[in-house]
Amino acid sequence: MVATGPTRRPGSNKKAQLGVFTGYVLAGLGALFGATLLTISILRPETFSGLRMMAADVASPAGEAGAAGRIGTQNFLEAIAGYYRAGSRNAELEREVEVARVRLAEAEALKGEIARLKALLGVADDDTKPVAVARLIGSTSSSVRRIGYISAGRNEGLRPGMPVTSPTGLVGRILSTGARSSRVLLLTDSESMVPVRRASDNTVAFAEGRTDGSLRLRLVTLGINPIKPGDVFVTSGAGGLFRPNIAVAVAREITRDGAIAQLLSNPAATDYVMVEPIWQRPAVEALRSGPDPKDPED
Amino acid sequence: METLHPNARRDPFGSRINRAQSPILAHGLPWVSILLGSLTPWLPIIASAPILPPFGLMMLLAWRLVRPGLLPMWAGLPFGLFDDLHSGQPFGSGILMFSLVLIAIELIEIRFPWRNFWLDWLTAATVLTVYLAVAALLSGSPLMQLSVILPQLLLSIVLFPVISRLVAQFDRLRLMRVRRIN
Repeated sequence: MVATGPTRRPGSNKKAQLGVFTGYVLAGLGALFGATLLTISILRPETFSGLRMMAADVASPAGEAGAAGRIGTQNFLEAIAGYYRAGSRNAELEREVEVARVRLAEAEALKGEIARLKALLGVADDDTKPVAVARLIGSTSSSVRRIGYISAGRNEGLRPGMPVTSPTGLVGRILSTGARSSRVLLLTDSESMVPVRRASDNTVAFAEGRTDGSLRLRLVTLGINPIKPGDVFVTSGAGGLFRPNIAVAVAREITRDGAIAQLLSNPAATDYVMVEPIWQRPAVEALRSGPDPKDPED
Repeated sequence: METLHPNARRDPFGSRINRAQSPILAHGLPWVSILLGSLTPWLPIIASAPILPPFGLMMLLAWRLVRPGLLPMWAGLPFGLFDDLHSGQPFGSGILMFSLVLIAIELIEIRFPWRNFWLDWLTAATVLTVYLAVAALLSGSPLMQLSVILPQLLLSIVLFPVISRLVAQFDRLRLMRVRRIN
């Protein structure tokens, strides 16, 4: 046992007592200052995002180097493992099959979509070009909020709200942009909500983040729950922002009003992501410039 | 005169002749190491659930417990501010929590002036539990999902003695006599 030492206790020394008292006052004032800022940022969440983006821009080169290292190490280890174990190659193939399965589900969804679009006139199915391709360089891995950082920002034309996708599906959307880096609200964040539908039919639902790596699907229409484990859900495009038919999740267990679903694009396994333009805009423009706008509210 | 052994005028902190401690190293190292701990989000780990311990707070706790009196009591403000810039929590929560943690440890120290390994660990575990739970609540997560922080909490508590040892090593480095006196 070690005591903290005589200098820590002021005793009858008036000056030392005053010093300890001042310490408490300053710490208390700091806490009060923090509480004020906290109240402001809870009431108006975007107040300090400029400050944060400045800090992110400063720190992002280090994160980028780290991300390059992460990918490099993975490749290096895979190369070594390839010689000694067929298992890693097997894992790779399994991953490819997984991607293929997602693609198949997406294709099936597209088939239905095309049939429906054929019934509509005027709205062309534009193939979206990504605004930027960026590296996923970090995430708030010690906070309950699920926010990622990517290595592209305002200079590359990114704006808040743009969807972020990876080859295996939707990752999230841009929360705020700095000059060279951006914050991404990942799908698993508790404040993220995406309108989805079942790839095979039009069972619509909302996908909410659960912060533990899975999503909660809530059916829009209540009644008999038609979801079965293994059903693939894709974005429905309702409300704009996300274009339709991006893969989102696979239902894992059924709940009373929907399902708990596993995320398809695991951010941990993602190196590069694509940032797509906000989807609503071209559709609205097409409707406005369309030959016969019968129903402008639609 | 017989020659002295070359190590006769040395101690673990270096030569005792013609050398002195550097104030920059002695006072800068704790600050830099805690700030680096707050940069955890830039580690190349993309997690879909909170798994990593709050390294910034753990470094602060470790320095505070290993070396009482080194950090001023108002240190929670700058460290919390820097943590807020990167953590993803609502801005201000770090300033508030870090300041309260430093006040709480001061009060615990008055109540239990004798320190040992187990008491330090218990103090740190209590602080980490309260910190993670309150931080989760402040971030707007529903009450039902508090179990999400359990893996992170266990990892933090288990890792704390390791961080403490690391800080003790830093403390040795901090007091090395690196400055040459002419």
